[in-house]
Amino acid sequence: MKRFSLLFQELDRSTATLDKVAALKRYYADASPADAAWATYFLAGGKPRQVVKTAELRVLAREVAQIPEWLFEEAYQAVGDLAETIALVLPTHSDAGSLSLAERVRERVLADQVPAEDCANRDTLSPTLPPGGREQQVRIDAGLAEWIEQRLLPLKSLDETERAKLIRSYWNELDTTGRFLLTKLIGGGFRVGVSKLLVQRSLAEHAGVDPKRIAERMMGFTDGTRSPTANEFLRIIRAENSSTTNANSESENGASIDASREPNEALSEPTEVNGQPYPFFLAHQIPFALAAFDEKLGPPSDWIVEWKYDGIRAQIVKRSDRVFIWSRGEELMTDRFPEIVEQANALPNGMVLDGEILVWKEGAAQPAPFALLQQRIGRKTLTKKVLADAPVVFMAYDVLENEQRDLRQFVQRERRVILEKLLSQFATKYLLSPNIAGQAWQDLETLRSESRVRGVEGFMLKHRDAAYGTGRTKADGTWWKWKIDPMTIDCVLIYAQAGHGRRASLYTDYTFAVWSRAPRDAAEAQQVIDNIADGKPVPEGAMTDVLQLVPFAKAYSGLTDEEFKRVDAIIRKNTINKFGPVRSVKPSLVFELGFEGINESTRHKSGIAVRFPRMLRIRDDKPIHEANSLSDLRSMLLGENIA
Amino acid sequence: MTTTDLIVLRAEGLYCAAGDFFIDPWRPVSRAVITHAHADHARSGHSRYLAHVKSEGILRTRIGADIALQTLEYGESISINNVNVSLHPAGHVLGSAQVRVENEGRVWVASGDYKVAPDATCVPFEPVRCDTFITESTFGLPVYRWRDDAEVFAEINTWWAENRDANRPTMLACYSFGKAQRILSGLDSSIGPVIVHGAVDPLNRAYRAAGVALPETKLVSEVTDKADINRALVLCPPSASASTWANRFKNASVGFASGWMQLRGRRRMGGYDRGFVLSDHADWPGLQSAIKATHASRVIVTHGYEAVMTRWLTEQGLEAGSFKTEYGDDAKESTHDAS
Repeated sequence: MKRFSLLFQELDRSTATLDKVAALKRYYADASPADAAWATYFLAGGKPRQVVKTAELRVLAREVAQIPEWLFEEAYQAVGDLAETIALVLPTHSDAGSLSLAERVRERVLADQVPAEDCANRDTLSPTLPPGGREQQVRIDAGLAEWIEQRLLPLKSLDETERAKLIRSYWNELDTTGRFLLTKLIGGGFRVGVSKLLVQRSLAEHAGVDPKRIAERMMGFTDGTRSPTANEFLRIIRAENSSTTNANSESENGASIDASREPNEALSEPTEVNGQPYPFFLAHQIPFALAAFDEKLGPPSDWIVEWKYDGIRAQIVKRSDRVFIWSRGEELMTDRFPEIVEQANALPNGMVLDGEILVWKEGAAQPAPFALLQQRIGRKTLTKKVLADAPVVFMAYDVLENEQRDLRQFVQRERRVILEKLLSQFATKYLLSPNIAGQAWQDLETLRSESRVRGVEGFMLKHRDAAYGTGRTKADGTWWKWKIDPMTIDCVLIYAQAGHGRRASLYTDYTFAVWSRAPRDAAEAQQVIDNIADGKPVPEGAMTDVLQLVPFAKAYSGLTDEEFKRVDAIIRKNTINKFGPVRSVKPSLVFELGFEGINESTRHKSGIAVRFPRMLRIRDDKPIHEANSLSDLRSMLLGENIA
Repeated sequence: MTTTDLIVLRAEGLYCAAGDFFIDPWRPVSRAVITHAHADHARSGHSRYLAHVKSEGILRTRIGADIALQTLEYGESISINNVNVSLHPAGHVLGSAQVRVENEGRVWVASGDYKVAPDATCVPFEPVRCDTFITESTFGLPVYRWRDDAEVFAEINTWWAENRDANRPTMLACYSFGKAQRILSGLDSSIGPVIVHGAVDPLNRAYRAAGVALPETKLVSEVTDKADINRALVLCPPSASASTWANRFKNASVGFASGWMQLRGRRRMGGYDRGFVLSDHADWPGLQSAIKATHASRVIVTHGYEAVMTRWLTEQGLEAGSFKTEYGDDAKESTHDAS
């Protein structure tokens, strides 16, 4: 744990990529394969199932620290991270140091002729070291794998008392950073400002293997349903030429079977079906305006243009009569979509498709809104009703493997031909993402303006001669997202809450409201604001009659640090009331909020739910009575444009 | 607050009516007792000042050479309008003092800023028995627990040595008065030269004049060998670390020494390469042990986490309240002044 703790500290305090890579390489040079496997798993975003509920951890930490609940919550508000709060409130070994300072204070007090019994209860004011705290320190440091496998994972099956006893002894054994990490790991994963790409790059340099190959071998490695092993780690970093198989043909046309998928050289269990997906190729937001398309992109005929669907990106892997469905986050979601698994029956083995999972009802002209798919993912059990209410389809748009051949170096148009052939040859219910034709970019722009009505998010542009790249790279060609502009609304900030992590102690999470109807004039709006500031209740009556501010969305992104600081100061000055961590704020700020979709919602007072809301800008120029109203949101719901 | 309280809060600051004087007032008054020379406690414009003898140099430099200033040694007492006033070590910075006020058998102590951990550059905190203790609470949350200075200094020295070996300057931002000198006292000057910003230098001189031993320091203008820049540790105020002044230290690794660096979010928000947890204020256990050691039955909490400390102390069975002061401009937010 000490070595991993050191790595964490090095990664956490550096902002330079080079330093981080160097720190990771030092770690990989030191760590055992079993420890390195877990470190890689966590750093690359792996999240094991939570072994202890956070509520249980909170209670335990309060007990050990001997502080009441309210004080723990105050501390959490200031810190903004639960594991860090726990690590910091627990008495530390160096508290022994400050206690000894207190001893010094006591001596002086004694010298001041204070009766000794007065000092005896001094400790009631300060937390004491848990018994045995010091003895525990001499224990030999266990490695990360041992910590996880021998100590943390078994916690789950213990009863609460046993579990509490063990966690206390673990906390006791570790320093503050160790406790922070342990608590993060118990709670299920953590972020340290290291991207998966950076981990792969470090592993590649450590092992002397192409980073793309590392990325491939790591696919599915962080899937939460299983534990990483030393053997898997060794397979990831294995030298490329350790295989005598077709390494040459691979480099010649780049389209042979990936050598790492050869069962005879893989260290993985030979009986296991290799269900690994390929690294997803990710698209970029198009960074220039329509007017520049001809110059920057050439004619539309150079591009394969498809609708950009608003579903779940997925790879369907079919090998040895088994089907695997992988999310872009490299989670296995096979069980979630039995329809898609069944429909894969018609397809051949040794095949990997890339596409989008959508809810699409029988006979509908377009896919259902994402909200429906989201609801379905949220269901624990897939009842007949759920399957009937939210039936899914797979919209295929790429083929990455066919007849056990890696096709990623084939260019887009070649892969498209293979995909079309495949889908028509094996009568499957998988849909083929249609190619959209347009003579000029302007024609496509006209079509793009229909996106919302068609239930899509705009276009994807894929160069006809581009290979299928790895991650968000542009080396092998580019996929562009040509998205529709977000819907926007001008709304009023009414509640604020402090953020987390680096934004702790700064009010960055806001709740926004619109007018229940358009105010008659500035004076009417001002009256409502004054009533709110004075804590007067809203008069009885329908929302359409009685003017009021109706909350409809929360957002916490889109502003710069400077803007957040400014808004934070305004919030502090205009606070009306505090409810726990939330402040109600006298309405004074208008924001332009952008969002991707809008749906009816019975769960919200406004009757409306918006998707991906974020702040586009602060509308200092906009008087508060000119903010939008609920009827404006309702017209958006009906697909109308508001001025 | 009843009118019989020895010290009350007035618009100008903490006021002792019996003696007709203020403690660290933030508006001009006729008589001010100053706990220490930090700008938020020692303001200009008062007719008469009373402070510890080791605060004199810095007070005169900062407020004016011609201020009407009377000084006391620690433990020495004087009578102001029949109220007994004495100063006692607060362990915060050079010359920092708690103010003990005694009148008609009652004893009140105003802490000013204090820390209980030892510091080679100032006299350590001494608890003073009193009925009512007015305490600061800058770090009044149980997440603030300081490590021994020796550990932090070792980290700073290791970081400095690593930077020197990598041929890049080491720039450490910290408060110029108190923190800078405390760090200087912990530096291993065999690693390389120490350069200080122009804001730090006069304070070093004041410390040396007061008999505090500090390692040799240079202003950047006094550096003759350019190679020294990349071997040096540079001490400067936080505002300078991001200014054009800092441009001359190309590729410097920049650190910040402050109690606020205890929180990971703060470290990341500041964008410093390194954050060192080093504070001139008492940590949570320090506040508790200091309060306990005074044996005060009543505690009045000032600047910091007043509400939290007040509630905590009340739950511990003490009579606790708070004064809304103007020390440290919202200590919870400030990373510069109250560190």
